[in-house]
Amino acid sequence: MLFGAKLAAARAAKAASRITRAGGGTTLPGKLLLRMDPEAIRRMAGRLSSTTLISATNGKTTTAKMAASVLEESGHALRRNAGGANLSSGVASALIDARRGETGLFEVDEAALPGVAAALQPGRVVLGNLFRDQLDRYGELELIGERWRAMVAAPGFGATVVFNVDDPLVASIGAEAASGLTFGLDDEAAGAGTMQHAADSKWCPRCGTRLVYSTVFLGHLGHWRCPNCGLERPRPEVRATEVRAIGLEASEFVLHMPAGDVPVRLPIPGLYNVYNALAAAAIGASHGVEPAGVGRGLARFSAAFGRFERVVLAGRPAVLLLVKNPAGTNEVIRTLAADSHPKTLLVALNDRIADGRDVSWIWDVDFEELVPQVESVVTTGTRAAEMALRLKYAGLSPTRIAVEPDMAHAVDTIGGEAGSPAYLLATYTAMLELRALLEQRGVVRPYWEAA
Amino acid sequence: MKLRVCHLYPEHLNIYADRGNMAVLDHRCRWRGIECLIEGCGPGDPLPRADLYYLGGGQDRDQRLIVPDLLGRAADLAAAVADGSAVLGVCGGYQLLGHVYRGHQGDEMRGIGLVDLETNAGKRRMIGNVVLRCELDPGRPRTLVGFENHAGRTRLGPGLEPLGRVVRGFGNNGEDGGEGVRAGRVLGTYVHGPLLPKNPWLADWLIQTALMARKGRVELEPLDDTLEREAQRVAEAIASR
Repeated sequence: MLFGAKLAAARAAKAASRITRAGGGTTLPGKLLLRMDPEAIRRMAGRLSSTTLISATNGKTTTAKMAASVLEESGHALRRNAGGANLSSGVASALIDARRGETGLFEVDEAALPGVAAALQPGRVVLGNLFRDQLDRYGELELIGERWRAMVAAPGFGATVVFNVDDPLVASIGAEAASGLTFGLDDEAAGAGTMQHAADSKWCPRCGTRLVYSTVFLGHLGHWRCPNCGLERPRPEVRATEVRAIGLEASEFVLHMPAGDVPVRLPIPGLYNVYNALAAAAIGASHGVEPAGVGRGLARFSAAFGRFERVVLAGRPAVLLLVKNPAGTNEVIRTLAADSHPKTLLVALNDRIADGRDVSWIWDVDFEELVPQVESVVTTGTRAAEMALRLKYAGLSPTRIAVEPDMAHAVDTIGGEAGSPAYLLATYTAMLELRALLEQRGVVRPYWEAA
Repeated sequence: MKLRVCHLYPEHLNIYADRGNMAVLDHRCRWRGIECLIEGCGPGDPLPRADLYYLGGGQDRDQRLIVPDLLGRAADLAAAVADGSAVLGVCGGYQLLGHVYRGHQGDEMRGIGLVDLETNAGKRRMIGNVVLRCELDPGRPRTLVGFENHAGRTRLGPGLEPLGRVVRGFGNNGEDGGEGVRAGRVLGTYVHGPLLPKNPWLADWLIQTALMARKGRVELEPLDDTLEREAQRVAEAIASR
């Protein structure tokens, strides 16, 4: 069969899965196409005028959405894997309908990145961060780091590496690229001072000595140096200063780019989202977008699927928060805790393969920080009781905790109470279930449209 | 009354949320009016006197970093156990209680030899939910649940008892049906999740055992373990699917 015929078959599969609403055709058509032709991604790559791949443990989806907002602002027609399907099958699915001259913008799973990069030959690869993730799936983060390092150092790797200098491991990998563009936070006042429990890369990536931090922003991201071999955080070319949280609504900061400075109002809270915005700004800069255009693009960004996504549930405002691993969840917790109002929570913990079968990670999250503000919480999902147990040992009185494994029932419990906003934290498959329930109630759009 | 816990290498050996085990010991003591003093001990620090020593698991690299320091403490830890202290090793910490860990490429990592066991790396990691049947106190069988994720195959020396019998999961080596080790007041296991929150009976056994060596007979007040029991029931049901 000629490639054109295979492509037509994959397109038909994509159309069919949209009609049957079996997930919007974000994965299966690509899987089908790759089975028919393992070289499919390479064959389709030439249609795109330039391509950017975004990878990180945390922030891939939000960074891609922010970058899309920035690039669209300057007139780029984009081809994206917007449904969050970030394995090679997801990228192939997105490429099936690619038109000549489009700009490719794909988020890619950390482990899948080297393979996708080899097939797509991107112009840019963004390396955001490496945190402890789902250990039962991927093994240890240093292994991912080594695979990234091998990718960057491989002969024939021609991409500009856009990388976060505040992550020591990522910075040491990016430094090996022939062409690099650096980003980082330059606001010492935004630092947390102390290192959180879940901090991972505490050791010098070159000599193994414990790193010294003058500022820690989140996890192991900060201003670091090695007291032994002298390796230190390079000065970032794209950076943020004067970062200010505007409640749970937004962050404001001054964005510095090689082409100039611009004040930014980013309509989503959280220091981790400032990092995502810096990565997006760096992507814009490398495409020649002017600082003012980057600022406008970031200002009109709206939250990605389950990332501080705001909905109204039975008359009550609610915020959807996807939680996947300790570092990301800690940032959600810290951002919520910075707002002192009493809170109603729903926490949905599943232990399916896409969530990680091992739920140990919830014990590495600093739920203790949020406990003083929690008025009541409903825990739900396959591991509802375990989540309740975590909150109990975080110091929350069991009288404030309701265990409701049935998610529909849990959602209706939350929806029925009036008053302050409800915060709905959910792991990946729990978020899909939660969204399906909210869709039935007419609250949200399907995820492949919303993204 | 006071329980002194020494958390060995908390900065290096903490990969499977070992902090959760500390939180459980701390709370279950305090809820009963027992003071709980948890002290970390890193490379080069003096070894605190403790009723219970805890050794968790780390990434390979972090584990290699602390092994030389740990080996230097082998005699002190053995003396502490002889003097009545309890020890709990989890995952990598469990392997380090034994004589040796042999990797794929013939590389060897020595352990402190506190317990007669050794570990050889296998090809496939043994990953998944675990259910054990334990009987630390004769006539009182207990269920233990959690998660295992290890490449090592551990074999116990002759006459040594495992911590429990595998009902679901792989256990020490996927072959002999045993999981972990129990040698008097020294326990080792691959089970994390972390270990203690869903197995409050084991947390209490450790607290009681560690206190009794120096305080004589100690009775622990029962606590309301409704959530703990429910989390254990769900974990057992999921493992049994």
